[in-house]
Amino acid sequence: MKSIKLGAGAGYSGDRIDPAVVLAQQAKLDYLVFECLAERTMALAQQSLDAKRNEGYDPLLAERMTAVLSECHHREIRIISNMGAANPRAAARKTAEIARSLGLHGVRIAAITGDDVLPWIISHPADFILQDGRPINSVLERTISANAYLGALPVLEALNGGADVVLTGRVADPSLFVGPMMFEYGWSEDDWHKLGQATLIGHLLECAGQLTGGYFADPGYKDVPDLANLGFPYAEVAEDGSSIFRKVVGTGGMLNRATCMEQLLYEIQDPSSYFTPDVIADFTQVTIEEIGPDQVSVRGGRGRERPRSLKVSVGFRDGYVGEGQISYGGPGALSRAELAISVLEERLRQIGLEETRFDLIGLNSLHGKHLSRFAPEPYEVRVRAVGRASTLAGANYVVREVEALYTNGPAGGGGVATSARETITLASTSIPSDCITTAIDYEVS
Amino acid sequence: MLLRDLAHSRTGDKGNLITVSVIAFNPENFQRILEVLTVERVTDEFREIVDRPVDRYVLGSLNALTFVLHRPNNQGVTRSLALDAHGKCLGSAILSIDLSKPNGYQGVG
Repeated sequence: MKSIKLGAGAGYSGDRIDPAVVLAQQAKLDYLVFECLAERTMALAQQSLDAKRNEGYDPLLAERMTAVLSECHHREIRIISNMGAANPRAAARKTAEIARSLGLHGVRIAAITGDDVLPWIISHPADFILQDGRPINSVLERTISANAYLGALPVLEALNGGADVVLTGRVADPSLFVGPMMFEYGWSEDDWHKLGQATLIGHLLECAGQLTGGYFADPGYKDVPDLANLGFPYAEVAEDGSSIFRKVVGTGGMLNRATCMEQLLYEIQDPSSYFTPDVIADFTQVTIEEIGPDQVSVRGGRGRERPRSLKVSVGFRDGYVGEGQISYGGPGALSRAELAISVLEERLRQIGLEETRFDLIGLNSLHGKHLSRFAPEPYEVRVRAVGRASTLAGANYVVREVEALYTNGPAGGGGVATSARETITLASTSIPSDCITTAIDYEVS
Repeated sequence: MLLRDLAHSRTGDKGNLITVSVIAFNPENFQRILEVLTVERVTDEFREIVDRPVDRYVLGSLNALTFVLHRPNNQGVTRSLALDAHGKCLGSAILSIDLSKPNGYQGVG
């Protein structure tokens, strides 16, 4: 019986490169998929494109492609990635250039566009309300990006067009994997249970190392072997959608029921209704079975008719944030840190920041005071002050007040670190699917 | 006994939502976990973070459940001033719930 193998080459923009090379060399893959776009990454990419700081595609695109293109070309492994970010066509041109420089000719690279809906929103602002209830007009002047989450269909179309490499902008993460499964098996666009199972497979793979023991280890409770050499997962998928997940023998990490369970529920709200552009997937009937060392069979993903609108992520400029940290250690460290915070509170109150926050790193900065109420007094503690301002000067005032604690604050403060930056806030809205027009352009090396 | 002895957890985020899964190591303990981790108990533990009761979803066949925490609208991952703006460290907090202590316990240790 036919089966195909899909590997997870990256789980976020900055992910390690060497695990993907190992997959390409040793896993006998048919597809290598790189998921590299976090919610905010697209806005940052658009901003750098607008500022002409770079071409608007993923900053690691050249490095990743250089590392895997030859191997993938010789082994006939197709590459699929959202590394196109804010400029898939430029990413395709760059990839073709890299292929030529590696002596690879005839590599066909597809660029999928159409996710950028900012022009449409600007011309139809009355149709859009942000998820928090605000009209889009309230942020439109400050908006720098608006991208709809495309699904698997344009990926399928690019593969039908003979693409060896498919580069996209915003596409829902699991859809990067669903597209090749539809292509290989000819599943119909409304075979909801197949698309639900394909989405389950894509969801498990999309964070790469998070399926194979990354973000999992808790010494003494959940031990993971050779975490420093974590291997990334791949799935072998049969025509009926049944799937076996593995990692390359000899790589670090582990793949078992527990690692799959954590990833199954990762970022999932209602497990019976996981909305993607392809299907509303239902994970409540999923079965996970360990069939060998680092080998897990996953079945039972189901689905219902896809939503008629697409999620749109809108990025807009939203003021500035200034932050400073300073540490105190030894006897009385906590009291001196608390005194530092009371000084900062008074100083920052005088300039009327929009919002401030003060934390004691080592005591309550992660979980807040209530959840941290049983924490013992630490030997050393780090004060963190952060404030939101409408101007960069306001943010810099926070920076200066933390630095001023050296000579004006409690005894024994040290190790100041500061930053002041513009905030890009992401909000979501939705757009009817029929407002979207996708296009596919091809580059050939 | 802490929840950590009976279950594991991973946290994810979507906008101003945080998802926290709880997965039983052993199916025999799942019922007890369900009884302790009520919507009321978990909402109370995360009272500083959420602005309304948590949602709870149970996957009985997988001995797991998941909670959705709603942060105020201005406290999503891209806007929160918190050190851990994603809220990714919160899964470790749910594992610190003491199964033998009642809801809202304020004592020492």
